[in-house]
Amino acid sequence: MSQNGKPSGLFKNLSAKIAAIPMVLTALVVFVGCTVWTIVFSFTNSRLLPRADWVGLAQYERLWGTRRWLISIENLLIYGSLMLILSLVLGFLLAALIDQKIRFEDGFRTIFLYPYALSFIVTGLVWQWVLNPEFGIQNVVRSLGFGNFTFDPLYNPNLVLYGVLVAGLWHGSGLVMCLMLAGLRGIDEDVWKATKVDGIPTWKTYIFVVIPMMRPVFVTTLVLVTSGIIKLYDLIIAQTGGGPGLASEVPAKFVFDAMFVSQNLAQGFAASTMMLVAVTFIIIPWAYLEFGGKKNG
Amino acid sequence: MADTVIRTQHASHAHAAGPRPRPIFSRRNIIIYGVLIVLALYYLLPIYVMVVTSLKGMPEIRVGNIFAPPVEITFAPWVKAWSSVCTGLNCDGLSRGFLNSLKITVPSVFFSIAVASVNGYALSMWRFKGANVLFTILIIGAFIPYQVMIYPIVVLLREIGLYGELSGLVLVHTVFGMPILTLLFRNYFSSVPEELFKAARVDGAGFRTIYFKIMLPMALPIFVVAVILQTTAIWNDFLFGAIYTRPENYPMTVQLNNIVNSVTGVKEYNVNMAATLLSGIVPLSIYLISGKLFVRGIAAGAVKG
Repeated sequence: MSQNGKPSGLFKNLSAKIAAIPMVLTALVVFVGCTVWTIVFSFTNSRLLPRADWVGLAQYERLWGTRRWLISIENLLIYGSLMLILSLVLGFLLAALIDQKIRFEDGFRTIFLYPYALSFIVTGLVWQWVLNPEFGIQNVVRSLGFGNFTFDPLYNPNLVLYGVLVAGLWHGSGLVMCLMLAGLRGIDEDVWKATKVDGIPTWKTYIFVVIPMMRPVFVTTLVLVTSGIIKLYDLIIAQTGGGPGLASEVPAKFVFDAMFVSQNLAQGFAASTMMLVAVTFIIIPWAYLEFGGKKNG
Repeated sequence: MADTVIRTQHASHAHAAGPRPRPIFSRRNIIIYGVLIVLALYYLLPIYVMVVTSLKGMPEIRVGNIFAPPVEITFAPWVKAWSSVCTGLNCDGLSRGFLNSLKITVPSVFFSIAVASVNGYALSMWRFKGANVLFTILIIGAFIPYQVMIYPIVVLLREIGLYGELSGLVLVHTVFGMPILTLLFRNYFSSVPEELFKAARVDGAGFRTIYFKIMLPMALPIFVVAVILQTTAIWNDFLFGAIYTRPENYPMTVQLNNIVNSVTGVKEYNVNMAATLLSGIVPLSIYLISGKLFVRGIAAGAVKG
C-alpha cells in the first residue's frame, strides 16, 4: 500500500477495478450474500421452498434434539481428530524418509501422491471393494486357514469410521507429505551441518530444531487438512453411504439430505450454519496468527 | 572382478583415513527402504486390486482371491462399463458421463483461470483501494463450508435460468475456484520484482498491456500449474455435479457413484472396478504426465500463502 502514497480517487486504477468485478461479485454475492441468506432463512419454517415464516431459534432447538445430527457431529470429531493427527504424522514421516537422499525418490513420491489425484468417489469405491468382507481382505485371510478371522469395518458400526479413515489417509497423506517435503527442503543445509558438528542426533534435530522452524508449513497444513475434514462428504457417500445405520453419518451429509432429500430446508440451513460456526472457530485464530501479526512483513 | 573383491576386502580390514564409505546394506538403509516399501504397498494395493478385478470374469471373482492375478483376462467389463452399463433410465454406459465431464471441465478450467489470473495480477500489482479487504473475503470464502452456500446458489441459478444446465455448473466451478487460484496467482505476481512493473508504467503501459505483454508470458509455468490443479479438482468434483445438473448432464463421478452404489440388480464387481478406473484415468494421467509440476503447484500454492 505504501508506494501508492498519492491520494486515490474513484477513477484511479480504473481498469484494475473493472477487472476486479468478477472477484467483487463472487466475494459479495456468493461468499457474503449466500452465507447471510442461509443464516437468515435458518430462522424460518421453510420446508420444500424457502419461506419467510419466522420461527426464531426453533430450528436450532430441533436440530440439537435430533439424534442423527448428534451422531454426525460425534463422528466428525472422531474422524477429524484421528485424520488430523495421523495424516500429519504419516505425511511428515514420508517426507522425512524421502528427504534422506534416497534412490528412486521420484518413484516413491509418485506412489505416495497419486491417490490425491483421484476423486473421493474413486477412493471410496476402491476401499469399499478392498474392505468387502465377502471378497476382500477378510475372505483372503480366511482362505489362508483362519476360518474365524473377521475384518468387516464397513459393516460394523463400531469400526466403520476407521474403515473410512484408512481410505481418507490413503487419499490425503500424500498432500501432507508434499507440503512437509517442501518445508524440509526449505531448511538451510547449515542448520543440519551445525547440529552434526554439535553431535545432536538426527531425531532430536527433527523434533527440536526442524519442526519448530517449519511452523508456517504446519499451520498451513493444519488449516488445509481441517477444512478438508469439515467438507467430508463424497468419501462417505461412495464408501458407506452413511451406514451401517447412522454409524458413519457426517454433518455435510445431514445438510445435503435435509435440503435435497427430506425437503426440510430450514433444518439444512440451521445445520449448515452450525458448520459455519464451527469453521469460524478455526479460522479466526488462524487468520489472527497469519495476518494480524504480519504488519511488519 | 577379482581385483575389486580383493580391494574391498582390503578396505574393510584397513581403517583408512577419510570418510567411511556408506555400504548399500547399512542398517540405516534397510530401515529407510523397508519402511518406504511397506508404505508404498499400502498406496499401491488399491490400484492393483482395481486393475486385477476389472480384468476378471464374475465367476472367477466369486471363487477367487481379490489379490490374485486374473487367470483368464477379459476386457468385457471395460466394454460394458464404457458403453452399456445402466444408470437409471440411461443405458449408454460411462461414455455419457465422460463427455459431460469433458464439457464441464474444459470451460470451467478456462474461465476460472482467466478470471483468477487477472484477479491475482490486479491484487498484487495495482493494489487499488479495498483490494486487501476483497482478498481477505475471498480467502475466508474458501473456508466457508460449501453446505452453507449451496442452496442460495440453487435459487440464484434458477433465477437466471441455468439450474440443471452444464453452463450453470461451469459458473459454479469458476466461482469456487477463484479463492485458491487468485491466491496462487497473487503469490506468483508478488514475487515479480516491482522494478519491472514500475519500468513498464514509466514507459506508459497500462493495465491490459502489462498483463498480456509482460505478466502472462512470464507466468506461463504458473498457468500450467493452475490448469493441472483445476482440471483434477473439477474432474473429481462430486457435490456440485450432483446438485446443479440434471441426470442426463451428470458428470462422470456422479454417474459412477450411481452405477456402483445402486441397490438394484446383481452386483458386477468387475464392471464396477472397470468403471472406477475409467473415471480415474484422466486425473491419473494428468498427474503422471505433469509429475513435478503437480507437486510444485501444491507446494507453491500452499506454503507461500
